[in-house]
Amino acid sequence: MISFDNVSKIFGEGDHRTAAVEDLTIEIPTGKITVFVGPSGCGKTTSLRMINRMIEPTSGTVLIDGMDTRSIDAPKLRRGIGYVIQNAGLFPHRTVLDNVATVPVLEGQSRKAARAVAAELLERVGLPESMGRRYPAQLSGGQQQRVGVARALAADPPVMLMDEPFSAVDPVVRAQLQDEFTRLQAELGKTIVFVTHDIDEAVKLGDAIAVLAVGGRLAQYATPAEVLSHPADDFVADFVGHDRGYRALSFTVAGNLPVRDEPTLLLGSTADPSLVPPDAQPGEPYWVLVVDDATQPRGWVDARRVTGGRPLDLQDLVLGGALVGPQSSLRTALDAALSSPSGRGVAIDADSRVIGTVAARDVLDAIEKARLAPAVLHGAADQRTVRAADDAEQAAAAVPS
Amino acid sequence: MNWNWLNRNTDQILSWLLAHLWLAALPTLLGLLLALPLGALAFRYRWSYATLITLAGLLYTIPSLALFVVLPGILGTRILNPLNVVVALTLYTLALLVRVVADALDSVPPLVRQSATAMGYRPIRSLVTVQLPLAIPVIGAGLRVAAVSNVSLVSVAALLGVPQLGQLFLVGFQLNFYTPIIAGIVLCLLVAGVFDTIILVAVRIATPWTRAVSHR
Repeated sequence: MISFDNVSKIFGEGDHRTAAVEDLTIEIPTGKITVFVGPSGCGKTTSLRMINRMIEPTSGTVLIDGMDTRSIDAPKLRRGIGYVIQNAGLFPHRTVLDNVATVPVLEGQSRKAARAVAAELLERVGLPESMGRRYPAQLSGGQQQRVGVARALAADPPVMLMDEPFSAVDPVVRAQLQDEFTRLQAELGKTIVFVTHDIDEAVKLGDAIAVLAVGGRLAQYATPAEVLSHPADDFVADFVGHDRGYRALSFTVAGNLPVRDEPTLLLGSTADPSLVPPDAQPGEPYWVLVVDDATQPRGWVDARRVTGGRPLDLQDLVLGGALVGPQSSLRTALDAALSSPSGRGVAIDADSRVIGTVAARDVLDAIEKARLAPAVLHGAADQRTVRAADDAEQAAAAVPS
Repeated sequence: MNWNWLNRNTDQILSWLLAHLWLAALPTLLGLLLALPLGALAFRYRWSYATLITLAGLLYTIPSLALFVVLPGILGTRILNPLNVVVALTLYTLALLVRVVADALDSVPPLVRQSATAMGYRPIRSLVTVQLPLAIPVIGAGLRVAAVSNVSLVSVAALLGVPQLGQLFLVGFQLNFYTPIIAGIVLCLLVAGVFDTIILVAVRIATPWTRAVSHR
């Protein structure tokens, strides 16, 4: 656990004093991802850097597992804390492999042993081992960022600090890196402090979110669901944005939505307008769901517009959007219905086979029900406030074994 | 151009050329070695930057002839001792390179420096193994200027009688005879060219990453 105990950081002197962080007290749980999020000037990076003493607090203490960080020699402390910097911050004059081997070499490992570890880590972050011989300038932004993560992991530190690690790459690569990062963390269970200005990223990655206001005031510290559904004040509500209500649906499992039977057509079979029943609304498209051999959904076809006698191919299909799986959230379910050309969201089972469709009004009913009943939530423990989760942990620890 | 004169004096000219080579090369090297720590100091401590750069600037404005004449008095050497030339030119090189080294270190991206700190580098190790290598291209460019300027400054010491290619200019001047002057200029250019090439190649070898081309 990392604790900030009344920590302030004042920059400048006299009339030019500005508080980057003001009287911050926060406990960051072990083995979880805690996100510091806020607009620029909110002191999130300053706070992060006070953990590994790249910035020293003006007052207050930062403790890691109860130990005052000031009692540890700063360079030694930093070698025990992984750090992923903005834009990766790789050493341009060293090969990728030697970049990853940095901390083990600093710790006195032989270059050979450190490189062996580094090669394994490259694979772990999804880069081919052959890339180790290149220089950072020869890598794409996304690849550099992966190397940055591998470098931070090289000495297997229990704590990792990540300063906007994915902000410099395009949205597609960013989403990819975020997904991989989530997977990696599920395997590693590090204590991670993650800084971002992007509330979506915070909600997506964080087990807990600390929303910081300008001047380093802690505006709210809670789970992502809590921040979205119950913003502590106007600042948080404003920062989270106007569609927070919709986004909060991400945290509720859709559960028992009524799934309606949906007739399907096999991809490659022949289709023609005779499929349209006589009582169908004239002039309107008549959408039929198309599946492949494995009954997995491929898209929708307007039966009025297919030319008869020709096998259906992918070119004929209008792609649907999200799919509703057994673990999907209400947000995904609603999006599936809204993004489908037919207005019916495709429901699938655990093996991605079509089991029917879901209508938007049924999802809305479920949302209403979820509002009234205690919510059905992803991993129940995650949904309590962090403070409560901590208390529970402490209570559990207090029970004599 | 009197080829006969050149032929008759080949041995003498060669020995002057050799003397010129080391009188220019040694101060360049010594000046660089001294400039590295001083430049690093100027870079690391802002207060020392202004002081060191001003001192270096003043040093560089002292006329070389004056320095050659004054140094024996300070060092206790005899006026003909080549050591005077080496010391004077080392000072000039140092004056030129302190600023170059400080600015070269400053040109290293702050993110890389911060990243070294965050990884747990101690300041000296970060300076020597991260920042200095990345500063090589800029330092190399400054070194080329210093080396070439030393080649031309050495010849001034001929006025004191220190043997090197500058003697050719004196001889030519005294005899009102152009052949040695032209030979001196050509040989000086040649020496400067050789130094320049050596530094260029050394920088190239020391910075393989600058040629790493993208093949994503």
